[in-house]
Amino acid sequence: MKLEAKNITFGYKKSKTILNDVNLTITESERVALSAPSGFGKTTFCQILAGYEKPWSGQILLDGKPLPKKGYSPVQMIWQHPERAVDPAIRIGDTLAQCPDLDPAVIKGLGIEKDWYQRFPGELSGGEIQRFCIAAALGKETRFLIADEISTMLDLITQSQIWHFLLSETKKRRIGMAFVSHSSDLTDRIATKIVAMEKE
Amino acid sequence: MNDVRTIPVLQTAKKSRFSLRKKTILSLCFTASFLIIITIVGVLCSDTAVTTDFTQKNFAPSIEHLFGTDWLGRDMLARTLRGLSISIFIGLGASTVSAVIALILGTMAATLGNKVDTVITWLVDLLMGIPHLLLLILISFALGKGTFGVIVAVALSHWPGLTRVLRGEILQIKEEDYVKIAQKMGQSRCKIAIKHIFPHIFPQFIVGLILLFPHAILHEASITFLGFGLPPEQPGIGNILSESMSYLSMGMWWLAVFPGIALLITVILFDSVGSNLRKLIDPFSAQD
Amino acid sequence: MEANKRKEILNIEDLFISFNQYEKGLHRVDINVITNLSVNVMEREIVAIVGSSGSGKSLLAHAVLGLLPKNANVRGRISFRGELLTAKRIGELRGKEICLVPQSVGYLDPLMKVGIQVRHSRDDEETKKRQQQLFDDYALKEGTAELYPFELSGGMARRVLLASALMENPKLIIADEPTPGLDLPLAKKAMADFRDFADKGNGVLLITHDIELALEVADRIAVFYAGTTVEEALVSDFDREETLRHPYTKALWRAFPQHGFRSLDGVQPYVKEMPSGCPFAPRCESVEPACSGEIPLRTVAGGTVRCVRFSDNKGEHGEKGAEENEA
Repeated sequence: MKLEAKNITFGYKKSKTILNDVNLTITESERVALSAPSGFGKTTFCQILAGYEKPWSGQILLDGKPLPKKGYSPVQMIWQHPERAVDPAIRIGDTLAQCPDLDPAVIKGLGIEKDWYQRFPGELSGGEIQRFCIAAALGKETRFLIADEISTMLDLITQSQIWHFLLSETKKRRIGMAFVSHSSDLTDRIATKIVAMEKE
Repeated sequence: MNDVRTIPVLQTAKKSRFSLRKKTILSLCFTASFLIIITIVGVLCSDTAVTTDFTQKNFAPSIEHLFGTDWLGRDMLARTLRGLSISIFIGLGASTVSAVIALILGTMAATLGNKVDTVITWLVDLLMGIPHLLLLILISFALGKGTFGVIVAVALSHWPGLTRVLRGEILQIKEEDYVKIAQKMGQSRCKIAIKHIFPHIFPQFIVGLILLFPHAILHEASITFLGFGLPPEQPGIGNILSESMSYLSMGMWWLAVFPGIALLITVILFDSVGSNLRKLIDPFSAQD
Repeated sequence: MEANKRKEILNIEDLFISFNQYEKGLHRVDINVITNLSVNVMEREIVAIVGSSGSGKSLLAHAVLGLLPKNANVRGRISFRGELLTAKRIGELRGKEICLVPQSVGYLDPLMKVGIQVRHSRDDEETKKRQQQLFDDYALKEGTAELYPFELSGGMARRVLLASALMENPKLIIADEPTPGLDLPLAKKAMADFRDFADKGNGVLLITHDIELALEVADRIAVFYAGTTVEEALVSDFDREETLRHPYTKALWRAFPQHGFRSLDGVQPYVKEMPSGCPFAPRCESVEPACSGEIPLRTVAGGTVRCVRFSDNKGEHGEKGAEENEA
């Protein structure tokens, strides 16, 4: 399996393009670190890869086919700010239930405890919410994960807990991964390939 | 570690025995039950309100007739209560219809794409641009006046403000990350609307609905007063006031003063119910 | 020692913050968010308080500035340059002697030019001169004062916020998460500005979640865990695991990507289910019965720590305690 970004061009305002003709290929069980100076549009590119934004031109192809519009997406994204990624008005267990086929091993591997299910996001720490977001993004159909600075706001112990789990899970299930991190030490630990994005 | 009590206190949470939340809930219950009682008593008074007694006409307020009697000997207290209950019923019907219209149009504008949004926004602006009373009179007159005309007129002229509020709220929630994520999790539009969007706009909707009440009641009274509303045989507050006009010069002040004050109080009570509810729901004041 | 000669600027001892909140219906409970917190800042020093985001460390800044919401209970000994502060005195010092550098330009009025905002809406010649001086000092170009907040770049915005805090010549700056959204070179530049300010005989209290950045610029690190500071260590103590004191700090050290990247099971305790005694005890490998009691703050090798292994000259026999506990 491979995820391809072909000739992606994108901008938020008509006058200013952020991404200009960007190409990237990720194959299964590959962990690609995207590295670029700040303001380059790494977050935007992640959102395009996962199908959250539509590029002006270019395509995202999964094994040569465009991403499905409906149903559980095989390309899932994990966000930088977990507390914005869950509905504050519903219990976290209900948010997790959106993922159609949860693997109990994932829940266990992430250290999610049963009594957290009944809590609202306001009653959980960022690290705890992020575990739920990751669990929901690791459904049975997930083939690729896009991780945008997912541990920046967490303490180092939680960061290493989460990354250890993600590493073993993606290796086991041959899930491909693209991630962004500002920490070069972390990147060295995780990445199988580093792609530097540069302005022409 | 030393005793906690020796550490200087820099700030204490304001804790009056009667917390703001308690006060708010109490006053909410009080006003709501008061309004319900007025409505029920008004319904029970519907016969007394129209019974004439020529031996008792033109009485100034007394113990027997607290609000006095009119030129046909009808008890003004009964007429006022009946008038208020009619107003409340019409207000209830009209503002509910209005709020539902607002909910539907607001949701449509926010979810069905640019074209629908443009049309609805244009409609909102258009209706807000026409003077309220003029619109009410036009619609009521076109529908042949009467109770039905009033309700439709009030219902059709009060939704734009709330529509605009709800549209804005929904547009904002739609941009939240968790809504976009729910889509990628394969949730249908309908499910997302029910689970993630409506719970967030529900408080706005309820408060908006209740704050429509006073407007609806006042406008009903206004067009009835001007003769475009309820038929003359219905003792609506508007009718009572307009009939009293010709008797005011004869010194029968009680015909207008008491019903007028009663209407004013009802409107203020509804307004306070709405603002108290908002206080409870609003996160900025909910913890006080 | 040099540290003794320096004057203390801020000293916080035994700070407790709790919030009075509605639980269900009309029932109200006090939720303790900060307990037993102690930290101090000396002249010419940057002290970083490091803890994971959302753990309540920003509340500390708000408490020192008297900016907590109405439903907060605050107790504590806060002294500023040797003077024990009252709530009233805090209000007087705020914005003059003690200033906050907020997170982003979001704290500026978007409809006002930055110059007049930095001058705090005063327009006399002296204030103008001072503002110009500050802008020159921080390499803000001619004409920056005439820009609106949205026209500033990330790095410029940082300097404008700093200049605004420095306008009244404060002795202490509290910086609440000053770097998110800035990439490393920019963040380091911002930190250099703080260093500069501290070197003039002032103090900086830096509140951040980014321990790697804190290690780059600060002199001392106060490690914040579950509502309290478990250890205050010199930056150089972080060079090796052995020089660190508290088991949590050691675990943190081992979790650095460059130091083994080892993780630890469990999470920070939930505010409503806080264990008595040491909050780290449930995850600690050398836990012993005394951990659930009161643990005094001890000074060990130039830093402070709140751990039973260091209380009452017991020294380091934590391992033995752990074995007893498991048996």
